Amino acid sequence: MIQPQSVGIVVPQKARFTDPLPLRSSGTLNDYELVYETYGTLNAARSNAVLVCHALSGSHHVAGAYAGQPGSTGWWDNLVGPGKPLDTRKFFVIGVNNLGSCYGSSGPNTVNPATGKLWGADFPFVTVEDWVHAQARLADRLGIERFAAVIGGSLGGMQALSWTLQYPERVGHAAVIASAPKLTAQNIAFNEVARQAILTDPDFHGGHYYDHGVVPERGLRLARMIGHITYLSDDAMAEKFGRSLRHGKAVYSYDVEFEIESYLRYQGEKFAGFFDANTYLLTTKTLDYFDPAFEHGGNLNAALARASADFLVVSFSTDWRFAPERSREIVYALLHNRRNVSYAEIDSVAGHDSFLLDDARYHALLGAWFDRIGV
Amino acid sequence: MTAYRYDYEVITQWIEPGEKVLDLGCGDGSLLRHLMQVRQVQGYGVENDPDKLVSCIRGGINVIQMDMEKGLTGIENGFFDHVIMSLSLQAMQNTQGILAEMLRVGREAVVSFPNFGYWRHRQSILNGRMPVSESLPHQWYNTPNVRFFTIADFDALCEMNGIAVHERLAFDEGKLVLDEPNFLASVAVYRLGRIG
Repeated sequence: MIQPQSVGIVVPQKARFTDPLPLRSSGTLNDYELVYETYGTLNAARSNAVLVCHALSGSHHVAGAYAGQPGSTGWWDNLVGPGKPLDTRKFFVIGVNNLGSCYGSSGPNTVNPATGKLWGADFPFVTVEDWVHAQARLADRLGIERFAAVIGGSLGGMQALSWTLQYPERVGHAAVIASAPKLTAQNIAFNEVARQAILTDPDFHGGHYYDHGVVPERGLRLARMIGHITYLSDDAMAEKFGRSLRHGKAVYSYDVEFEIESYLRYQGEKFAGFFDANTYLLTTKTLDYFDPAFEHGGNLNAALARASADFLVVSFSTDWRFAPERSREIVYALLHNRRNVSYAEIDSVAGHDSFLLDDARYHALLGAWFDRIGV
Repeated sequence: MTAYRYDYEVITQWIEPGEKVLDLGCGDGSLLRHLMQVRQVQGYGVENDPDKLVSCIRGGINVIQMDMEKGLTGIENGFFDHVIMSLSLQAMQNTQGILAEMLRVGREAVVSFPNFGYWRHRQSILNGRMPVSESLPHQWYNTPNVRFFTIADFDALCEMNGIAVHERLAFDEGKLVLDEPNFLASVAVYRLGRIG
């Protein structure tokens, strides 16, 4: 056992596709690019590839850091690296940026090759299924017939699950973490409030704000603040901020008084500084539309009958945005279909964010699961 | 790995090849591994201990984290051929609830437990001390057991709850006991079913 290490300096790569990608919403994407990163080495048998799917605000930059950019550590760096649970000495790990994102793959803030102008609000709706389809094309390009594993948390977990349904023969193992077989009405409701914050921002301009040289920052800020409330647990918020007052007492003002206000404003501000509003709109809709049971009359058992991967499903006790109950729905539907499945509910105070954190039990579990996968 | 347990041999005899088996309180998955090897069962374990979950996953055993005290909600009626609880019933609060759940999700239930009525245990009590033995290895102050019952007690509970005892084997520290099991056996293994 070596000391866990970083994968070190990484460089993103880009793949261009000119084979039209049919979209669920309608039409096709005729010419698009996917940005991705890889860590570790693909073995001669091409049997050690693991795909890491990102969530709402994630990207292809899963692990390592960019040269000369302090603070550019990947979003799941605590999981992926030499000696880490997803060990890059054994596995060839791929992080891919999804269509519609704002981190380099084709999306609203990239140029539409057909018009030579930014896509903006004209970028089509993309679904989890479309993303997985595009990821499969990248796998083809990289010569990967079958993934040893596909892993993702939250919206990333939905992609992992969708992989096992769209390409059952191409996935050996799937880890579906802090996820759900579909969003609840309450969860869609939070997304809708976030979208309305953006859509009603005067700087939104129907999604063509790039042409006006502005950004609907206020809307993005509010959207992120709402998101952050739902990613944390009540307990975690109480523990971290409680009712702490910046001035030690009430000063009867709408400026920041409670520390939680400061935290939310900071998070909103930070997010609005780099994230794209159109991407936020598109991606929350992607979440809302995901429902593999829909075309089976709502019967998840029937929907998951196609899956043949060995599953690990993980939830977190204080995650109310993607509650353990939602994970158990996946587990019982897999059990119904007599699939190999293990399920763990990790005790955690951190709510939905837990899946990104370095919890000893969580990582021990993932490490044991990845150890078991033969390549 | 847990030490080999002699109730495993009895349980194995009652399982047909290729069955669907659920092992409640499966620990590190050693019984399921045994049943997968010699009976090619499709096995699932239930555990609530984080370290044991990791052991199961490391060993490639399907394990589902669940608090069994709250029942087996989510598992379909009659889904499993056998639902096993090996030497764990005495550590459950909700004895009647879990027995009902085992027979809801399983065609048959297999239960083994230490017999508190074993003569050595009685002797110990007569001498004024709580029994400590191979089948009750803990001290009173650190035992995980919360229900202390005898073979006769369990027979009465089955009768009261309409549970059919299809078969019962009793052992004195590994040796089969045919006479006076409530007095001479340290462990009993039951094969249970629904009446009617």
